[in-house]
Amino acid sequence: MDAPGAGRRQTGDAQVIDLPVDAPAGVIVADAPATDVACFPTRDQYVALVAAFKASGYEMCSDLCAVDYLGHDDRPLPEGVAATRFEVVVNLLSLTKRSRVRVRVQAGDAPEVDSLFALYPGVEAMEREAFDLMGVIFHGHPDLTRILMPEDWEGHPLRKDYAVGRVPVQFKEAPGPR
Amino acid sequence: MSEPTVRAAERVDLLTAETSEGAQELQRRDLTPSNELGREVGAVLRLDGRVLDARSIDVERPDDETMILNMGPSHPSTHGVLRLMLELDGEFVLRTKPVIGYLHTGMEKTGEELSYVQGATNVTRMDYLSPVINELSYSLAVEKLLGVEIPERATWIRMMMSELNRISSHLVWMATNGMDLGSSSMMIYGLRERELVLAFFEKTAGLRMNLNYVRPGGVAADLPDGWQDDVTVICDTIYERTFEYDQLLTGQPIFRQRMIGVAPIMAEEALALGVTGPLLRSTGVAWDLRRTMPYLAYDQVEFDVIVGTYGDNFDRYAIRLNEIRESIRIVRQCVEMMPAGDYRSQDPKVTPPPRARIGESMEALIHHFKLFTEGFRVPAGEVYSAVESPRGELGCYLVADGGAKPWRIHVRAPSFVNLQAVPLLMRGGSISDAITVISTVDPVLGEVDR
Repeated sequence: MDAPGAGRRQTGDAQVIDLPVDAPAGVIVADAPATDVACFPTRDQYVALVAAFKASGYEMCSDLCAVDYLGHDDRPLPEGVAATRFEVVVNLLSLTKRSRVRVRVQAGDAPEVDSLFALYPGVEAMEREAFDLMGVIFHGHPDLTRILMPEDWEGHPLRKDYAVGRVPVQFKEAPGPR
Repeated sequence: MSEPTVRAAERVDLLTAETSEGAQELQRRDLTPSNELGREVGAVLRLDGRVLDARSIDVERPDDETMILNMGPSHPSTHGVLRLMLELDGEFVLRTKPVIGYLHTGMEKTGEELSYVQGATNVTRMDYLSPVINELSYSLAVEKLLGVEIPERATWIRMMMSELNRISSHLVWMATNGMDLGSSSMMIYGLRERELVLAFFEKTAGLRMNLNYVRPGGVAADLPDGWQDDVTVICDTIYERTFEYDQLLTGQPIFRQRMIGVAPIMAEEALALGVTGPLLRSTGVAWDLRRTMPYLAYDQVEFDVIVGTYGDNFDRYAIRLNEIRESIRIVRQCVEMMPAGDYRSQDPKVTPPPRARIGESMEALIHHFKLFTEGFRVPAGEVYSAVESPRGELGCYLVADGGAKPWRIHVRAPSFVNLQAVPLLMRGGSISDAITVISTVDPVLGEVDR
């Protein structure tokens, strides 16, 4: 475990988080609007940062998802973080510390990040879901196939430029949806 | 008359092509990367340098000595449309792969098209066995972003309804689990008792399932007159009957043989897989969000977190049975300690004006109309709120961009994550164990596929 205060960073009057000692240098930390603390690693720092969190007691990766911020490049982000269209959001949970930490990585406009599978085997399904619905490529994932959509589906439905399908209301003898 | 035969044969090809999920399915062993193969045989911790234990199976044997069996998507014991592809060596399971998505209806995408007011009607349909808890997770996320204060009575009503819902959800589990293990009386008893809870839901919210009762800002309606008596009767009846279940199942030799020592999981494996809920607690990890990261007023009521020791099927059964009793304990405390006051926030931003005001005030009418057509705006931000559902950690990750609809709503469904433990639990077991594994993992496919 870390010595208290090791690697501590503070931004303004934000909440304080103990970054693990072996976290990559220069990770930006900021407080989220509610109660959680978010870290903003670059794509290169991402896996190393999560590994450092795991080593410091975050035993579980409770959630991983991707967000498409199409047209929201001006969203509030801490200084030094260059907004990209896609973001991969990871929620880590420490059972011993009873705390959560959120890692938000800017995944680029053609999103790709490294897989966390080697650290948390439980992200397998979540990364597949993010790939299937959002089109994020996870390098090093053992089986990056569609998980919820049919195998031959085209496109990634949760993207913002993917329209919501509408099926016309079926009246008698109206043409079918296809 | 030879024509129909030809057509039937053609149809088989067509059918195979139509139902094939290609690369999502179980592949030949020599074509599967080692990481993926390890997952399918349930060797989760091999990444930490551990080797397969004595239960490990010979994955080197030729493919033609084994058989692929599709269990589901429409198999009575898969509790929905779960499809498990099993590779079998005779009666024993070599590797497993769950193929899901047959119930995918794009609810996260739909959620982005609905206003925050309508959102609860969407999330309540995900885990259809615990609708109240789904709504709760969503509402807590919205309220965190809004910064709305919830009256104490609303909090306690939410807590009581959540626990009643947990009881009804576990009762369905008891029923289906009994059914899977050949005790059809349990099926009837479980659903009979659940009916008591659903009847109370109907009396309170107007619907038996998919209640849309917990909403951002409070709950939809106050508890009905005489609710204390109703709830007490429910508690007394179900509490008494849990001992009948004990008699029926807990001591029954066949039931015990199929449950005890079958499909064990270790705490390290469960944590690595992100497994939560009764599945995690069965390994001895006392992790229950109600106790460890309290929300609502769970820090003001007394209850025990039930844990197991061996992580086997029987522990998971015992945990759920005893959680029914603990939930009854919480509900009884709610009846005693229910505070008076409002059942929803009086913040006009999220709460419509009372019905009586609409008839006499034009402003109230406009306000009501605006709230239900446009909805309210939520300040930009992102939030993750997690609650303990009967199946584990139910999280809601909400991104707001300042508009009246969520920019992104992601639900961390406990069943979806827990399903990853199935290959591990199946490892080395027989097909009849597979039935008990699916049953004790307790996936709700509405939530898995969303």
